[in-house]
Amino acid sequence: MSKLKDLFDRKQSGVLNVYCTAGYPGAESTMEVMEALQENGADIIELGMPYSDPLADGPVIQASSSIALLNGMSISRLFEQLAEMKDRIYIPVILMGYMNPVLQYGFERFCSDAARAGISGLILPDLPGYEFEHEYGAVVSKYGLDFIFLVTPETSEERIRKLDQLSSGFLYAVSSSSTTGSDKQMEDVSRYLQRLKGYGLKNPVLVGFGIKDRQSFETAGKYANGAIIGSAYIKALEGADDVRTSTKSFLDSILVKQTD
Amino acid sequence: MQGNSSFRLPTAQGYYGDFGGAYIPEMLYPNVEELQLRYLEILDEPGFQRAFRDLLRDYVGRPTPLYFAKRLSQRFQTNIYLKREDLCHTGAHKINNTIGQILLAQRLGKQRIIAETGAGQHGVATATVCALMGLSCIVYMGEKDIERQAPNVARMRMLGAKVIPATSGSKTLKDATNEAIRDWINNPTDTHYIIGSVVGPHPYPDMVARLQSVISEETRWQLKEKTGSELPTHVVACVGGGSNAAGAFYHFLDEPGVELVAVEAAGLGINSGMTAATTALGRPGILHGSKSLLMQTDDGQVVEPHSISAGLDYPGIGPLHANLFKSGRGKFLSATDEEAIRSAFEVAKLEGIIPALETAHAFAAIDQLSLTESDQVVICLSGRGDKDLATYMKQMDMTGS
Repeated sequence: MSKLKDLFDRKQSGVLNVYCTAGYPGAESTMEVMEALQENGADIIELGMPYSDPLADGPVIQASSSIALLNGMSISRLFEQLAEMKDRIYIPVILMGYMNPVLQYGFERFCSDAARAGISGLILPDLPGYEFEHEYGAVVSKYGLDFIFLVTPETSEERIRKLDQLSSGFLYAVSSSSTTGSDKQMEDVSRYLQRLKGYGLKNPVLVGFGIKDRQSFETAGKYANGAIIGSAYIKALEGADDVRTSTKSFLDSILVKQTD
Repeated sequence: MQGNSSFRLPTAQGYYGDFGGAYIPEMLYPNVEELQLRYLEILDEPGFQRAFRDLLRDYVGRPTPLYFAKRLSQRFQTNIYLKREDLCHTGAHKINNTIGQILLAQRLGKQRIIAETGAGQHGVATATVCALMGLSCIVYMGEKDIERQAPNVARMRMLGAKVIPATSGSKTLKDATNEAIRDWINNPTDTHYIIGSVVGPHPYPDMVARLQSVISEETRWQLKEKTGSELPTHVVACVGGGSNAAGAFYHFLDEPGVELVAVEAAGLGINSGMTAATTALGRPGILHGSKSLLMQTDDGQVVEPHSISAGLDYPGIGPLHANLFKSGRGKFLSATDEEAIRSAFEVAKLEGIIPALETAHAFAAIDQLSLTESDQVVICLSGRGDKDLATYMKQMDMTGS
């Protein structure tokens, strides 16, 4: 059974997905960062594969990608680092990245290695629905991976329904039509999320882009099943001496403690 | 995803053979879809065609001459005709496309225009049409290109455009394109992105090729007037992304008797690690929204290209050209920085024309073709060299010539 499906069967609200860049801040940080996220309350990890030209990301995530590339990250090296992931990470992990490096690695080989490493799903923002349906989707399902599409406030209802059909695991709702990390009034977002909720989609919905603190996380949680935090966490790791401490204090600032 | 029989027209999904498509994040989808659904209808509208043709004639100065270059022909023992795009308003072919796209942007109701630029020619051509139509204009330009193309930066500013430096990556055309695409993502409703070459997601490659096709449309009747035949034996053009080549080839693409020669920038040499010769080194990949040939590492990271000419300093090539290369329909050559500069001086002295550094690459490849006295060769003189004077002056200081 899909780990994502299992998660959303258990938990329908306040699901926290945290993005981190593989090979950032240090070349060998990947597993340490993921363990710190798991220990401190993340429900899902979105692991970014660094790319030289990340169009859908903002400056903070692009900068972390550049550092990771300087650190020598590549997809091959990532799969080496993930060799022990199955034993150490029990929450769902999704790989996020761009098509070009994946194509060079070989799309089927990539899906096969991802599945073997225990990866639950993929987000490839520049893989369009048409090519997914006609060429790549069958490979993704062959290896039992979930595939998550993005929708935005400008996406038409018809297309949202279509992308919901093509997605499994969850649907990624971009909160404002913008690259990651920008400020945007949460009120607009609420209206958009209410609209999504009204469609009765088959997938749970997580909100991303612009979620940076407890308040925005909670607002997102009112209308969606949870949220995705990216840039704010990468910022918190910037210049961090100790990944574990920084991760703990960051997640503590987002999540309401059970004992509160 | 199979192509069709024409080299000119992509499939409904924007594929030329294996290349093309629209590999874009969902945030760009509404904008790109709007263009996909409407560009053909708008381009074919009689009102659009009239406005486009009138502006090309009265504002750009078309038709540009097809000039028989007598001394150059003697030098190479053949017949060389120069398609004088350097005489277009703003000094290069780029304005053919920006005139068309600004008229399209008006019909789509857009008020804000963004563009990327390498050498600055497309930036100037965009700033020009924005001034003409009273629309606000933002041009993204690599920090490195801003330094080496100062006169064009000044022209854009004087025309009222805001020039924003791209400071990421190689700080050249590829990164300026990334920043322009990000701007479009952040401004999804009021903005039109005028891409300057036959690159980007479908429908850009086809749209830009159609708007530039006026070059070969004129060449055909002009050549007929001069020689009695519409068809030359060779058409030669430089290729970065490939817009002047697409325009110069367009009406000859489905004429198998015409040899189409694309000249890439070899930089310091194809195997020097400092080059922009995409077809020589590239593998299929995805950049800026389309699948094409791409200079990249084994891990699929895009390689930072090098050419002395900012307009050819691009790690990819338009999908139309990738298909010409793969199918063998086009012949792909390259010229180094040094060869291009040498040719620029030769053309200046033989014909009294100072070509742009980009165009100089096309001239540098003449030597590599085995031309005969009966051949009729059309070279697309895509732009003039005023913007490159600093580079040329440096060369004269070095050689004392």
